[in-house]
Parts: sequence; structure tokens; C-alpha cells
Amino acid sequence: MPSAVRFENVSRRFGDVRAVDDVSLDIASGEFFAMLGPSGSGKTTCLRLIAGFEQPDDGHIYIFDEAVEGVPPYKRAVNTVFQDYALFPHMTVGENVAYGLMIKGVGKAEREQKALAALEMVKLGGYGARRTSQLSGGQRQRVALARALVNDPKVLLLDEPLGALDLKLREQMQEELKSLQKALGITFVFVTHDQGEALSMADRVAIFNEGKIVQVGAPEEVYERPNSPFVADFVNSSNVLTPQFASGHGGTSKWTSLRPEKIMAFAAGAPVPDGHAHADAEIETISYQGAVTRLGAAIGDMHLIAQVPAAATRFAVGDAVRLTWPKTAMVAMEGGP
Amino acid sequence: MTTATLERPRTSLLTALSDTFFRQPKLLTLLLLLPPLLWIGVVYVGSLFALLLQSFYSLDDFSGLVNHQFTLSTYAQLFEEANLQIILRTVLMAALVTLASAIIAFPIAYYAARYARGWTKALFYLAVMMPLWSSYLVKVYAWKLILAKEGILTWMAEGLHLKWLLDGILALPVIGGPSLSFSYIGTFLVFVYVWIPYMILPTQAALERVPSNYLEAAADLGADPRQTFNTVIFPLALPGIIAGSIFTFSLTLGDYIIPQIVGNSRLMIGQAVYTLQGTAGNIPLAAAFAVVPMAIMGVYLWMAKRMGAFDVL
Repeated sequence: MPSAVRFENVSRRFGDVRAVDDVSLDIASGEFFAMLGPSGSGKTTCLRLIAGFEQPDDGHIYIFDEAVEGVPPYKRAVNTVFQDYALFPHMTVGENVAYGLMIKGVGKAEREQKALAALEMVKLGGYGARRTSQLSGGQRQRVALARALVNDPKVLLLDEPLGALDLKLREQMQEELKSLQKALGITFVFVTHDQGEALSMADRVAIFNEGKIVQVGAPEEVYERPNSPFVADFVNSSNVLTPQFASGHGGTSKWTSLRPEKIMAFAAGAPVPDGHAHADAEIETISYQGAVTRLGAAIGDMHLIAQVPAAATRFAVGDAVRLTWPKTAMVAMEGGP
Repeated sequence: MTTATLERPRTSLLTALSDTFFRQPKLLTLLLLLPPLLWIGVVYVGSLFALLLQSFYSLDDFSGLVNHQFTLSTYAQLFEEANLQIILRTVLMAALVTLASAIIAFPIAYYAARYARGWTKALFYLAVMMPLWSSYLVKVYAWKLILAKEGILTWMAEGLHLKWLLDGILALPVIGGPSLSFSYIGTFLVFVYVWIPYMILPTQAALERVPSNYLEAAADLGADPRQTFNTVIFPLALPGIIAGSIFTFSLTLGDYIIPQIVGNSRLMIGQAVYTLQGTAGNIPLAAAFAVVPMAIMGVYLWMAKRMGAFDVL
């Protein structure tokens, strides 16, 4: 597949801070690509480098195999959905959506028709004449989406677009964005700090930390086989076992990831199933979360989180407990924290 | 064990009063607003009304006494050739001063809003505000010295061998004169100097409220810097520019000191009011003249609103 966006050893510094540090990546055409990381990890700067708001200090950026260093944002075939939408307050919803077409010199009738079609695509058909101040957060988000998509971008950049929405709306928009991307076939580059969002929407996820990409892969891959303690912890807070603990409990002498939902909890002295490792622990915390319960348990100075079905919970804080897990669930990782 | 009561005993007059205010918040609002409302109603609107009333009286030409009978004849006098000249001259001057102030103020305001940070911003505020701290009269007389025939400007023009340019400008019909301090150009320059802070500050405030991501959004959607300026920056700064223009325009309309000190002997509205109410004792015509700037400002604001200048406020 042709590459939509390619970074070759790109760096961007702000003073002494290396916001983006020697990043190389390749986003395929038609891909839904998520950039995931904590705040300050460089993911948004990467997005701004693609949009053209930032220029790299080192390295090269290609959009559909065209080098774009020095090309200003207004000459790039990419469009952005901004974090706080950045809708123009002095224009109606329709004028906002038609803005890019107006700038290109598209005739009034044609651009109004296209703007209407774009608004219908995001289910805001009758909203063209409204002021942006009359819209709810979710509606503004859709207008921002329509305003970007009406220009037929080769790549659509989304900067934490769902961050300001409430949970229910966010889940609904995730579905819609995903199906919209499938229908349009446009490359989406999506920046988020919400790992659930990235895992559920993206074809591939790049995980950023301190200006570098630490792992790139399909959601299952990143979740099941984290390559470093940072990824294991950042993507859904896995247990990170020290080399000593891991080697003593059925693993290798490397830093090891063990997902909380792989751990089962039994009464002290219960038999250990075949192919399982075990540890005897004392329960420190119990956190009820509806379908599941999270148990915090201590084995000496090692602390583990076990996520067990709520119905199976009959423990109290201070109880002795036997934790067991399949040895295959232990994922050895390179490097340490 | 005693039963705890929710209410503590409240006995003093002050606590009773504050309880009443708590239960009747509108009463408190009314009490707080009453003094300023009285001030505005009686002292401000009242005297304005008295002024308006005067303009509908007329002056008896023989006795020189005010005839307290309602008539529109005083307003009709405004349309006499000499008086109409005064009005047109003043409005034209005010319009030109406003336009020039807007053009000069914009880049300054833009720099202050977008680029100035820390000490440069402090310097900006100091530079804009400091002239406002010194006496208006001192500034105007200082300008008279700068613009006078023996003044700094003439001296500089001679030093730079540009005397021919200055003479050329002064030789221009209507706006020229014997020296800059006795010409419309001089009056214009001093007006622009004195009122420009009132244009810079609202413009800067309006630009300050344009977040930089609007500019990024415009660029992202294909607008080059010039298009971004025309379609995003300028429309969003317009309410500020209009607010500034209300100051520069109305202050120029009513001023009678600057044209007196720097300028030729042709009257502006303010001077006309001054002379009519003083030596001539023609209060009705002075009042009618005073109504003119108010009427013009009314029309101006109405037009600005029609143009949508206040939509984003």
C-alpha cells in the first residue's frame, strides 16, 4: 500500500526540550492511525508537523511521497479537526463548513451544496444557518469534522477531538468516526491520550513517550505483547513484574507484563491448575467496578492488581489469597522502567 | 441530651436585616442600584434633557433674549450656509482622524496582541497610556511648538534639505496654510496624536480575544496570510475598531481646544458651541449645535450595528 505520511528521523526541539526526538514512522494510505501517549509525549507536535504548523529541525516528512519541509499549512492537502474545534464565531455553521471552498474560489451555489452535503454526512442537515454559539459540544465537533472533510483531504488529522465530550457521546462518536473513515477511505491520523479510544478505533497505534515512539502495532499486539514496561503500564495498566519476581514465578529473568484480568484469585492453599504459576498474597485493596472487581494484593514488596469477575468476589481486605495465572500470560519485555 | 436546633437565635437588627436581604435578593439589588440610578437619571439624563429643550427655543434677534416658545427655527438655522460649513468641516475632520487612527493603530495593536510578551508588553502599555497621564493642554501646546514656523519640524526639514517638501505641502489648497500650526494638516495631526490611544486599546483587546488556533484553522483550510487577515482577523477585530472609532470620532466632533490652538481660524462644532453660548448668548443655537454630534453618533452606531459589527460581542 502506498504510504500516506512518512517520517524519516524527524526531530523538533523547543529550546532545550526535544518534543519530537528522532521519530520515524510510516502511515499507510487509508489507514486509521492513532498516536497515543501521555501529555507532553510529542504526539500532538507530530500531528502539527504533518499539518505544517511546525517545521522539523531535523529529518524529512513526506505526504504521499512528496517532501513537505517548508510547505506552509495552506498548501498541504491535509485538514485538521482541532481539539477545541476552532470554529469561526463570526460565521454561521454553513459558512464555517464552506470556508475552505470559499478560499479556493468555488462558486457560491456549488459550495453551499457541498457544505450541505457535508453537514448531512455528520447528521447536522438543518443546522447550516445557525450560529456556532448555539451548538452543543458534540454538534460543534461534528461541524469541525464537516468543515475539514468538505475539502476532500488526503489525510485527516484529529487532535484529541473527543476529549471535551461526555462519555456516552464519546462512545457514539467513536463508532461514527470509525464508520465514516471506512466509508470515505481517507487516511485518519488520530491523536489521543485515551488508550481505550485508540485501541477501539485504530488499525494501528503508535505509543509515544518523551518524544519517541516506543511501540507501533495493531491494538491487539500493543495490548497483548507490550514491548516495554512503559507500554505495559500505559496501555490499560498492566502489572509490571521485576526480573527477580518473574523468574521466581514461572517466567524469565526479564521485566514482564502480566494483565490483571489473567490473574485468578482463590482461597489460600487452593490447588494450582496445570501450566499455571502462583503466588500467595495478602489483599490490600478491593475496588468494586460493576462487572468486575479489582483486587490489590501484596506478595512481600511486590504489588499486583488482579481483575476478577464481581460474582467471584468473597474476599475482605487482609485476607490471605492464592493468585494463579497461566504462564503463557507472562510477556517478557526488553529494557526496564 | 438536649435536642439540637437548626436555627441559632438571631436577635440583633443587623442580622435581621441581612436575613431579609438573603430572602429578598431583589431588594438588595434595588438598594445598591438606587444611588447610581438617581445620579444618572437626575444629573446626567436630566441635564441632557434640559439641553435638548433649549434647542427647541429661539433667540429674539432684537432683544437678544431667549424666546421660550417651541419652534424648529433654531434647527433651521443649522442649515444656513455658514453653519452647515462648520458641521461638514467637523464631520469630515472627525472621519479622517478616525480613519487615520484606525490605520495607524491596527499594526501597533496587532503587534501588542500577538507578539509582545513580558517586558515588551509592559513597554507597550506604558507607551500607549503614558500620554494619557499628562495634561491634554500641555500636549497640545507642545504640538504647537513642534508644528510652528520656527518649530522643530521646520528646523528638521531645513537640516535634511527637505524644506521644499514642507513648503509644497503647505502650498496645497484648503489643507495648507502659512505654517503647519495654522493649517488643517496641523489640526489633523494633533487630533490623531491625542486620540489614538483610544483606538489602540479597544483594537488590541479585540485582537487579544482572537485565539491563535483560529489562524491555524484558517491556514489549515487553505487560506494564505492575506486571506486569513481578510476573512478571520479583520472581521473579529472589527468590534474593537468600531469601539475605538466611537471614541476618536465623537471626541473629535466635540473638541473645541485643539482647533483653537492648532489650526486656522475656521470654526469646528465645539468652537461654535463655545462662542455661541459665551459672547453671543445664543443658547438655543448652541444647544442645537450640541445635538448634531449626538445625532451623527446615533446614525453611526445604527449603521455599525446594521453591518454586524457587534454580532461577535
